[in-house]
This record gives sequence, structure tokens and C-alpha cells, in this order.
Amino acid sequence: MKRLRMFLWGLVGLSLFLFGLFAYQLSQPKDEFVESAMIGEPMPEFDLRPAVEGYPGLATADLADGKPRLLNVFASWCVPCRAEAPHLETLRDNGAEIVAIAIRDRPEDVAAFLQVYGNPFTRIGADDISEVQLAIGSSGVPETFVIDGNGVITYQHIGDIRAEHVPLILEKLREAGA
Amino acid sequence: MIAEFGLVALWFAAALAGLQLFAGFLGLREGGEGIAVLARPAALVQALLCGLSFLMLLWLFARTDLSVALVANNSHSAKPMIFKLSGAWGNHEGSMLLWVTVMALAGGLIAFIERRLPERTMLATLGAQAFVALGFYAFLLFASNPFERLAVAPAEGNGLNPLLQDIGLAFHPPTLYFGYVGLSVAFSFVVGALLTRQVTPEFARVMRPWVLGAWVLLTLGIAAGSYWAYYELGWGGWWFWDPVENASLMPWLAATALLHSVSVLAARDALRAWTVMLGVIAFSMSMVGTFLVRSGILTSVHAFAVDPERGSFILALLALNIGGALAIFATRASTVAEGERFSILSREGGLVINNVALSAILGIVLLGTLYPLLTEAFDVRVSVGPPYFNPVGAIFLFPMLLALAIGPLLRWRQDSFARIRRPVIALAVTGVVAVIALWAITGIGILPLLGLALALMVAIGSVLPLRGRSLRRLPLSVWGMVIAHLGVAVTLFGMASDTAFQKERLVAVNVGDVVEVGPWSAQLEAVSPVAGPNWTAIEARLSLRYEGTEVAMANPQARSFWSPPTETSEVALTTRWNGQLYTALGNQAEDGRWQLRLWWKPFVTWIWYGGLLIGLGGVLALLGRVSGDIRRRVADRKIADRRADEAELAAETAS
Amino acid sequence: MRALPALIALALAIPAPLAAQDSLPPAPYAYNQLEDPELEEQARELMLTLRCLKCQSQSIADSDAPMAGDMRHQVRTRLAAGETPDEIRTWLVERYGDYVSYEPRVTASTWPLFVIPVVLLLIAGLIIRGRLTRKVQPQEGAE
Repeated sequence: MKRLRMFLWGLVGLSLFLFGLFAYQLSQPKDEFVESAMIGEPMPEFDLRPAVEGYPGLATADLADGKPRLLNVFASWCVPCRAEAPHLETLRDNGAEIVAIAIRDRPEDVAAFLQVYGNPFTRIGADDISEVQLAIGSSGVPETFVIDGNGVITYQHIGDIRAEHVPLILEKLREAGA
Repeated sequence: MIAEFGLVALWFAAALAGLQLFAGFLGLREGGEGIAVLARPAALVQALLCGLSFLMLLWLFARTDLSVALVANNSHSAKPMIFKLSGAWGNHEGSMLLWVTVMALAGGLIAFIERRLPERTMLATLGAQAFVALGFYAFLLFASNPFERLAVAPAEGNGLNPLLQDIGLAFHPPTLYFGYVGLSVAFSFVVGALLTRQVTPEFARVMRPWVLGAWVLLTLGIAAGSYWAYYELGWGGWWFWDPVENASLMPWLAATALLHSVSVLAARDALRAWTVMLGVIAFSMSMVGTFLVRSGILTSVHAFAVDPERGSFILALLALNIGGALAIFATRASTVAEGERFSILSREGGLVINNVALSAILGIVLLGTLYPLLTEAFDVRVSVGPPYFNPVGAIFLFPMLLALAIGPLLRWRQDSFARIRRPVIALAVTGVVAVIALWAITGIGILPLLGLALALMVAIGSVLPLRGRSLRRLPLSVWGMVIAHLGVAVTLFGMASDTAFQKERLVAVNVGDVVEVGPWSAQLEAVSPVAGPNWTAIEARLSLRYEGTEVAMANPQARSFWSPPTETSEVALTTRWNGQLYTALGNQAEDGRWQLRLWWKPFVTWIWYGGLLIGLGGVLALLGRVSGDIRRRVADRKIADRRADEAELAAETAS
Repeated sequence: MRALPALIALALAIPAPLAAQDSLPPAPYAYNQLEDPELEEQARELMLTLRCLKCQSQSIADSDAPMAGDMRHQVRTRLAAGETPDEIRTWLVERYGDYVSYEPRVTASTWPLFVIPVVLLLIAGLIIRGRLTRKVQPQEGAE
């Protein structure tokens, strides 16, 4: 009998714990982002053909020349990428060099996108099978990575960049350059 | 006016639930007889009002009254009538109203007919029922009012989504709700019995039909949902260990254990504590499931229209009901003193193994489902899926199936191994031979291998209780047990067989090409556009041959709906007795070839045939029990009449 | 179980990704099998245990999302290139963390997943042992 009672109070404790957990999780904003586990790791080896005529493609070697950069993962078919475009321009105007990877995209679509929303990029590689995207642990578009001068990923921004994110990203870029 | 009438009826029903609560619990006290007499009428009238309120909602949907927010959001004047009506419960508010209505009807029914329990226990039961119901009334009236009006009625409703116009989808969810309501009635009986210290065989007999009914509905609901996912999602899977699926599996596991436990209590006055605990857990699991699905705190492919505020409300109800019931149980543990003793080698012993194993599996499903939630609180994200659930669940499932094969052969209370030696040895030999033969011939994985062998053993073990008995005189409830257990074997066989022997072909083909998959060959004869009432589709015509003989055509489609723009894959299922050929049409590649996906799934249909058998077994047991109850009631009345006659006669002769 | 939630999911969730559909054909091995049936079998088993990152709670073997197709392509080409399923899983976990794999590993944050079933097994054993050692009383009235 004593054992049954102990067991039952244990069950009461367990359910209180569960309810507490539920309540805590209800109060938290639901975060669907999957963060990359590659922060602090060097960029993987890759060499992407140009995504659009007139701009060079992107390879690992382009990223380890001593200069920190932003790497923007985008696509012409992605709606938030359009919203993000002006803020990328702001970043560029503040001295950031931005290279890009276009995910599953046709050259003519990329060209049209850049025509309409502007082109803050110096290089654009085409990733037709999300190969590099998977290799750097990115799970969607748009995402923006900070790469330091040794080609090491130091920061990941998930989702579109808004005006309020710009200072933080510039700060991260400065840290990567130091 | 209709909406207001429905709302007023709902408010009155809620008020009556309040009255029922007071009458039930105050009536338990000394001198409470005056108020106690109100409990049963309150439950009855409440059932009527609540039913009326739900009818009003149906009426609003039938008329497509767009000034009501719920109708405007979920219906459309151009829908067929049947889907207008089913739209009434195909949304959060309407489904909660349906839930409360069924609960009120169940409460009214027990208030009207149930006379076997001591009146104090009945009062406490009705009080508990009202307590649970009041929570749901509050939820409806304060957080999800189905009758809310719009300031301006829109010209047309938003609910023409053709994907929702599916007869299976219309009737599947209520099946589960009715199951949950059955478990809530069982829960109320448990609380009533605990409060009045009446955990007796009589209590078990009264509760049993509710548990059986709930269990049948949950079984059928899960089987139907699994089949629906199988043909709708287009990749041939029938169980994904997705959080929403687990949320429906957990109450079923608890109800299955409860069902067996309550039978022992009814027949032998043993397993009292188990029955009470499982009664509480079964209902908690249905509430936990509802909470998980509607609060959206878990990531699921079937994300409900989630709302954290509703989540908090359900959580509060959950904590109140379950925390309260467990605390009452803990303080009254001594009132469920152990009951009759039995040896492990007895029918009760087998059922204890069943209870232990089912509870452990329930624990594992709960753990695996909630663990990602726990780590998320520490910013660590993990996934728990089939590679965890399958083997860990099997550790408990397989011994339980062994107990299932042997248990029904055992006598109550105490048995000797010598008596059942022959069938047990025969079963063991069958199992060992099956394992060795399958291992030598097929080289399939360990889980499906053991699954197949156990399916065979369970199938044999489940019909053994028929040995040496007159089949015509066998009680319905025994038939129910035999058929349900046989259903377990059939389902297990289907699962193991599909897992072990499935053949998959993913190919890009030109018209005229032939694809081989298992014993089938399929020739793509043509791909052509077809049009339906609200969709267009590309349809493939495949002519199928089974082992060389032409048998059938299969026409899988890639369908596009235009309002709202949605693309679906309509698979073609070609069924034979020994399995199903599952074909799906994908996109056209740039070189003009078509993507085809074909699966030969041997005996996959047996999964759902088994589910139907399990449900049928439950129905037979339910019929057997209820007809027995009615016979007993009639007999009791006759005896009472005769006694009255005798007394009258004696009085006459005396005078 | 599935249907009611799914009903809403179909209504709300599925059209959403459609709006952001890409235009390229799927990767070569997204919808095509490997020649070698043994490797393909390994691929299938592995894909069933990898989580699609774009979709909610589906394995990459059950998903039409383009990214799931690209992940299937990675799995198949890497297997064909001689990597083992474990190496591929590790490669993905190094990039996305444990979230990407439905097969939890034993780590500092997941050990309870493996310890609790053992505890349950012990409790189950204790309960059944308690029954084994208990003597059946000669028939007497209820306690």
C-alpha cells in the first residue's frame, strides 16, 4: 500500500513536471529555424558556375583571401528575398562585400530578379541541387552567413534581413575581420 | 436569431452543469438528499439543451448563414449539403461544441438509465462528469464561441477548399472525439468510485461498456487515419510516429490496458489499483493529445490551426482534471486495497503482463514524443523517430504478444503449467520453426522477422480458446476476444510483411515503356489531361500485369485544384488479396519522360483488415456485455415483481 | 488522428510552399533509384531516418519538397561514391545538428531517452516479480 501511494505521488509529480514544461513551451515563441552547426568551421570545398551572365561564379578559393565577406543564400523564386534586397544594398553601401549563392534557379530568372531588386553581389554561384546549401548547414532561403578572411563561417542569420538587423550584421562582419 | 438561440441554450446547459456539480457533490454530505435529487434531472436537461445548441449550429451551416463568423470562415454556399453539415465540426470551435454535446448526451444517458451503483457513487460520478464538462463549457463560451456574429456579413464564405470535401475527413474526427468522450465517462466513474470508496466489481461492470465503446471508436479512428495518410500523402507510408499520430495512439494504448484491467476487476475483483490508474491515465492521454494537437507546441506535418491562448486553456483544464484526480487517488490509495490474490500463472497474471507492457509502451511513446520539447527548453534540438520507437517499443511489445498468445488459455486465479503444456509447446515450436525458416529463406530484418513469427503464434493462440467448446453456445464476449486477438495477429502480419517484402520502383519513363516491380509489370499506355468539377489533372493510364496475366488498369493523377491553388497526388491502388500495388504519378522531366513511383506492398491491406477485426471484436464484446446487462435487469425486475406478489399474497392471507 | 489536423494542414500549409516553388527540375537522384539494389536498399533505409528540413516532421523519403529531393540526391550519390550510411548521417549531423536525424544518438542531452526505457523494464520486472513471489491465499472473502 505504501509503495502504491509513493508511486502515485510520483505520478502526480511527473504530471506537474509535464504541465510545467507545457506551460513554459507555450510561453516561448515558436522557433522553427534549424541553425547551422557549421559556425566556426571552414567553408567546405566547392566550385559553382556563375548563376547569371556577367558575374563570376563562386568557389571556396574566392573566400579565403584575408577579407571577411557576407554570403547570401537566395533564390529568385523566394518572396522574402525580395523584401531583403534593399537591406543588402545598405550593407554593401556600408562597406560589406557580399557574395551569393542562388538556389535551384535559372540564369534568366536570376537576371530578372537582379534587374528589379538590384544587385549588391560581387559573385553569384549557381547551386542547382542545393549541394553547397546542404554543405554549409543552411535549411532555407534567404540566409546570410559571415565568412572571415580565412574562409571560416563565423555567423549565420536565418530569414530575411530587416533594417534592424543591419547593425548587428555589420558588427559581426567587423569581428570577423579582426 | 438561430445563432443567439444556440448560444443561449449553451449558456443554460453550462448553468445546469454547474447545478449538477453542486447537486452531485453537496448531495454527498450529511442531509444533502434535498439537493441530490436534482443531479439526474440536471444532467438530462443539460443533454437536451446542449444537443439543441449543436443542432442550431448545424442549421446555421445548412443555411450558410454568413453573418456567423464560423460559417463565413469555414463554409461556402456552393458546397454540397453533406459537406456543409460536416463543416460544422471541421474546425476548432465546432469540434469543441460537438465534443461537449456528446459528453452531455453521455452524461444524460448515465443519469437516465444507470441504477446499479450505490446512489452516493452515482452522485459523485455525475458531479465529476459535470466538473469536467464545466471546463469545456468555459472553454467554449470564453475562448472559442462558435456562434460569434460578424459585424458585416461577407458576400461569400471562405470554405470551398475541395481537399476538405472528403467523406472520410468528415467522419473520421468525430469518431475520435466520441472515443475521447467515452474515456471521459470512464474517468468520471473512476473519480466517483474513488470519492465514495466503491472500487468494486459492480463499478467495473458499469464502466466497462463505456470503455469498450470508446476503445472500438479509437481503434477504428486510428486505423482509418492511418489508411487515409497512406493513400493521401503519396509515398506509401502508413505510420510515421509523427507527434499528432502519437497523440492519438497514447489514449488507445491506455484504453487497451484499461479494457483488460476492467474485465479482471469485473470478473475477479482484482487489479483495482490498475483499473483506477488506467482510467485516469486514459482520459489524461486524450486531453494531452488534444492539447498537443491544438496548442501547436510540437512540430507536426498535420499542424492544426493553432493558438497558444487555446493551448493555455486546455492546459489549465488538463492540470485541474488530471492533477486533481491523481491527487484524490493518492490520498485514497488505501481504499483500493489490493483485491483478490492470484498467481502469476493465471489469466490475471497474463493480464498483468499486458497492463505492464502497454503502460511501458505508452511511457515510451510519451517520452519520445515529448523529449524534443524538453531539449528545446535548453536550446538543443533533437528528433526522435521510427529508428527509436520501433526497436524500443518492440522490447515491450514482443513479450506482450507472447503473453497474448498464451494468456487466454489460462484459468482464472491459479493454473498449472501441466494443464496447458501441450498447446504452449506447440506454440513455442511453431514460433521457433517460423523464426528459423524465415531467417534461412528470406534474410529479412530482425524486427519484421520476429513480427511475422509472432503474428503466426498470436493467430494460433487466439483461436485456441475455441478448442473443445461448443461454438454455438460460446458467449458473444468470448467471440469478441478471439476475433480481436486474431485481428492483432492480422495487423501485425500486414505490418511485418510490408516492411520486410515491399518492393519500390522510382523511374522516369516514356509512353509505351514497361516497369517491373515485384510480380507486377506496368506499361505506361498514355498520359492525358482530365478535368473534374474544381480541378484539372494529368492522368497516367497504366496497364498492369500480375505474373504475366493482364489484370487491371491503374490511373494515378497529379491533380491541380484552383480554389485555393493546390496540387495533390492522387495515387492509384490496385488491391489483390495478397497486397496492393501503389502507383503515383510525378512530374514530367525536361526530356519528356514521366516520373512514376510504384510500390508492391505485400499484405499491406491486412493492417487495416486487422484493425477492422479488432474493432469488430470490440463490438461483439460490447453487444455481449450490454445484452447480458439487459437480461440481468429484466430478471431482477421479475424477481422483484414476484417478491412483491408474494408479499401481497402474504398480507392478504394474514388479513 | 491524422485527419482533422491534416484537414487544416491541407488547407493552410500545403498551398504556402507552392507559392515559393522553384522552377528547376529535381536533382538526378531525387526521384531515381541507384542501379545497385543493395545500395538502393541502404539509401532507402537511411532516407527514412533523415528529417526533411523544409517540411514539418517528415522524413526525406516521404516528401515532395525540392530540398528533400536534393537531400535524397546527396544520399544516393554519396552511397554510390562508396560512403557508408553512417558516414552520410554524420556528415549531415555535422551540418544541421542532431535535429536532422530521426535516430537519436546517445549524447549528454539524449541519454534519458535510453535510460528511461531500461528503468521501465526494471519496474516492469519488479511488478511481475512481485506477483511471482506472492502466495495465493486459500479461498477467503474479499479484503
